[in-house]
Amino acid sequence: MATQVVMPKLSPTMEEGQVARWLKKEGDKVSMGEPIAEIDTDKATMEMQALSAGVLRKVLVQEGESAPLGQPIAIIGEPDEDISTLLKSEPASAPAAPKEAAAEQPAKPPESAAVPAVEQKEAAPEPEIAREVQTDGKRPAGGRMLVSPIAARMAAESGVDLKSVKGSGPSGRIIKRDIEEAMKAPKAAASGTPKLRPMAMPAGQPGATYGPSAYRDEPMSEMRRTIAKRLVTSLGPVPHFFLTTEIEMDRAADMRQQINTLYPDAKVSINDVIIKVAAVALIQHPQVNASFQDKTVRHYEHADIGVAVATENGLITPIVRAADVKSLLEIATEVRELAGRARTRKLKPEEYMGATFSISNLGMFGIDEFTAVINPPEAAILAVGAMKPKPVVREDQIEIHQMMRVTMSCDHRVVDGAVGAQFLQTFKQILENPLYLFLGS
Amino acid sequence: MSSHTTDRRQNASATASVIDQPTTKRDGAGALTEDRDTLVKLFHQMLLIRRFEEKCAESYSLGKIGGFCHLYIGQEAVGVGAISALRTDDYVITSYREHGQALAKGMSPDAVMAELYGKATGCSKGKGGSMHLFDASVNFLGGHAIVGGQIPLATGAAFASKYKETDQVTVCFFGEAAVNQGAFHESLNMAQLWRLPCIYLCENNMYGMGTSARRAMSFEDIAAKSCAYELASEVVDGMDVIAMRQATLRAVERARKESLPTLLEARTYRYMGHSMSDPGKYRTRAEIEKYQERDPIKLFRARLEENGMLTDDDVAAMEAEVREQVDRAAQFAEESPEPAPEELMTNVYANPLR
Amino acid sequence: MAVITMRDALNDALREELARDPNVFLMGEEVAEYQGAYKVTRGLLEEFGAKRVIDTPITELGFAGLGVGAAMVGLRPIIEFMTFNFSILAADQMVNSAAKMLYMSGGQFKIPIVFRGPGGSAYQVSSQHSQALESWYAYFPGLKVVMPSTPADAKGLLKSAIRDDDPVIFIEQERMYGMKGEVPEDADFTIPLGVADVKREGTDATIVARSLMVPTALKAAEELEKEGINCEVIDPRTIRPLDIDTIITSVQKTNRVVVAEESHPFCGVAAEIAAEIQERAFDYLDAPVKRVSGVDVPMPYAKNLERLAIPDVPQIVAAVREVAYL
Repeated sequence: MATQVVMPKLSPTMEEGQVARWLKKEGDKVSMGEPIAEIDTDKATMEMQALSAGVLRKVLVQEGESAPLGQPIAIIGEPDEDISTLLKSEPASAPAAPKEAAAEQPAKPPESAAVPAVEQKEAAPEPEIAREVQTDGKRPAGGRMLVSPIAARMAAESGVDLKSVKGSGPSGRIIKRDIEEAMKAPKAAASGTPKLRPMAMPAGQPGATYGPSAYRDEPMSEMRRTIAKRLVTSLGPVPHFFLTTEIEMDRAADMRQQINTLYPDAKVSINDVIIKVAAVALIQHPQVNASFQDKTVRHYEHADIGVAVATENGLITPIVRAADVKSLLEIATEVRELAGRARTRKLKPEEYMGATFSISNLGMFGIDEFTAVINPPEAAILAVGAMKPKPVVREDQIEIHQMMRVTMSCDHRVVDGAVGAQFLQTFKQILENPLYLFLGS
Repeated sequence: MSSHTTDRRQNASATASVIDQPTTKRDGAGALTEDRDTLVKLFHQMLLIRRFEEKCAESYSLGKIGGFCHLYIGQEAVGVGAISALRTDDYVITSYREHGQALAKGMSPDAVMAELYGKATGCSKGKGGSMHLFDASVNFLGGHAIVGGQIPLATGAAFASKYKETDQVTVCFFGEAAVNQGAFHESLNMAQLWRLPCIYLCENNMYGMGTSARRAMSFEDIAAKSCAYELASEVVDGMDVIAMRQATLRAVERARKESLPTLLEARTYRYMGHSMSDPGKYRTRAEIEKYQERDPIKLFRARLEENGMLTDDDVAAMEAEVREQVDRAAQFAEESPEPAPEELMTNVYANPLR
Repeated sequence: MAVITMRDALNDALREELARDPNVFLMGEEVAEYQGAYKVTRGLLEEFGAKRVIDTPITELGFAGLGVGAAMVGLRPIIEFMTFNFSILAADQMVNSAAKMLYMSGGQFKIPIVFRGPGGSAYQVSSQHSQALESWYAYFPGLKVVMPSTPADAKGLLKSAIRDDDPVIFIEQERMYGMKGEVPEDADFTIPLGVADVKREGTDATIVARSLMVPTALKAAEELEKEGINCEVIDPRTIRPLDIDTIITSVQKTNRVVVAEESHPFCGVAAEIAAEIQERAFDYLDAPVKRVSGVDVPMPYAKNLERLAIPDVPQIVAAVREVAYL
């Protein structure tokens, strides 16, 4: 007999869930207890197991879509069974309220439904607390990380990332001993020079023209949506936050000079180098090369870099399309040409609308450091200060280096602090060692 | 010792209901053998206590005095008469109905009233309140608020006097309801066993809060209970200040000379409720009025007047003076500062260790 | 230093303090002619006479209150309870009179008194004679509570208690009267109240124990040492005021605590210590504070049941292993 699979309650506060992934396609055979889908709750991603055997006849809620608790999301039945009534009908036992659904339903699961693994294990309904106690020995209860107070403090002080530590205490509690061991381990992350993945240099077609970048819309996760909602309430429609770093520019400046020596006509500027490096870094950090689209986050295939140009009439940002695949020479030429037309107001709308990322450089005005306002819907903008010789301490010696400060403004709905920081780290590494630009995979 | 016991038995039977039978003795009669100054001073003290307690009632109703407040009105002759029989270095310890005894022992009305008001100038720095008046300088060992709790303490003070051979006497006041507590019996046993100079003075006002002695005691003759411990005892008319004084003098002599305890049962009556919050449903107005006919102050005034020791003018002058003293005490209390907040944490330990 | 029993150490303390201050007297059931129910007061009647070493009737409330009254007017009584179980009869005087007198008299009447005697379990004396009452008395501001665990501590602490101007509840342990240890013979030897003693230094876990649980904890520590677990054993000695600083310092070092006690767990001293630790050293804890308490039942008579009701070495060892995640 065909049965409905309903959206199960998988966390105490969950009101709706999102199908992250179907593990079975329509027509696939499903056996009892087999995982059939991954459900994204407000807390975590959980596996959902089938409670009846048969064939996954119909998927009612697609990947990325959400459904309230108790709503049918699929139908399991015999291959040739008529499921038309189920397709029309309401859920077999629609819960009166989400809370009661949790408390009462598992007691007598609708004969039909698939219930999540956690609940299926339990023969009888248990109050919430009992369930926590029953959690198997090593798994953190409710997905929460368990850390002893001293372990938490030691981790904070020593920079050990608790997420990277496996707890050896009861229920996986991270204890002092675990941190001590983590501290003994070689500190790859803390050394300051994470290994850069050798990058694939997509071959651009010399002279080819590029339209706006192709993109892929990813449904926003429940968590992403909550973050977005909260931040907007706090900071306005585009919740900014700012990340600043200082970059040693000696090598980048040398490189630029050498290029200009080899190609005197090229007139590559430091800003052109910055555009190129930013584009390459964006491809490595696709979460930054993105934009907020109400219900989805849009990830772009190419880095279309908006370059802020000051004109008599104000600021405009012509776009270098697909800067990630263009050579420095191409970029330099294109920027010069676009800027010229910008000043004479001859840009077409598609030439200044729809960047995936922007760069604003006030270094020529002697500005050391500033913050720029994001150009929606882009997820970030980089504010570039002046490059100047500065005393720097290197291995206890004071040295003079060309230094430049950049500040990236991020749209927190899309980019979290760590994500932005990782992008900037890559950006800085490439600029400080521009050879990376030429290291293909 | 056996002779005391015999006395006690005779007393107990002869005076079983002294204040229930006012006609057995002609009140206000009888020659006064002591000098005028001594006697008028007793009158003055009783008057002061009466007016002081009336002021307390007023202040309590105005919310200036908090907590429990047990008034002594009607019982003044007991405290004044008994304490007048003591030396200043003798000890007095009592229950929570102790304003009158505190004043009789020589504590300043200012310090007592300030204590009731919860002020820093109070005799216990505002930490004790109405039920816990203390003054080491006049050997007033305090008001104690667990019924009967002060009786073993009194026994200890008497033990100390004997131990130190100081010939000080301790008088311990308690109500008749305390007689039902084990502490009373344990103390009398030890006091007689070890011959301690302690006077156990039971103020039988006939009610333990709202329960009459009749409803609480299988055997109501309190003085007679002393025979269980072979203690000397006496029943005294607690409305007669001279009788109280003389009975206490006899007990003091027994204590000082022979180092022996005595149980005195003073038959008295309280006019007010058990405390200020007592609705008084357990007795009739008529009963109260009957006892007020034998008001200790009224009786003693008549007696003094009869003996030519007091005139209406004297009384009027005394009234004015006492009222002024009480008003001054209330004003002093009113104007005194509250205890400093840091007083909260002091006096918990004599040797605080941390 | 002489090696003597705790009984004799206590006897020495009483003798020295009776000799030192004529205002000190000793009173209790069977303390004089019988020479002490547990022989702690042996020989004192002969030495100090019936005036100062006084047999009482069985009248605990009475003689406890008598002691408090005597203390009000300048004497320094030592009141012996044959066992602390009987102090329950006297609790009104200990709590309502002794603990509060100084405060409610605005500082006028201090109460320099010692209530002492054996507490905790004995050997098969059943429910009414096997109670650990320290948490009762430690509850009250105004009282000090002391529990020695060695003959030297017993002597030094009892002498300090007698010299102290506050009421001190001094709880001995009947099972420990025969325990031997080195005790200084100096008549001026005292141990200050309110100071904990580190009975054993260690780095991996702290065991806080008092009275009978101190030797038990030390044995547990030896067992654990064989497994490479190095335990610190702290004896607060004075339960109130509690030397929490010493405990906290230890917790900051070891990060793990077991509190062992003979008494019931509910509202007990270990509960208080655990609360203090989480308030003051939360960030130093690597595991929840673990209590090892007497079982929460009246003490049974049968030998096997009694043994089960009192914490022992294996229980403490297991508790330490638990907090050390072993």
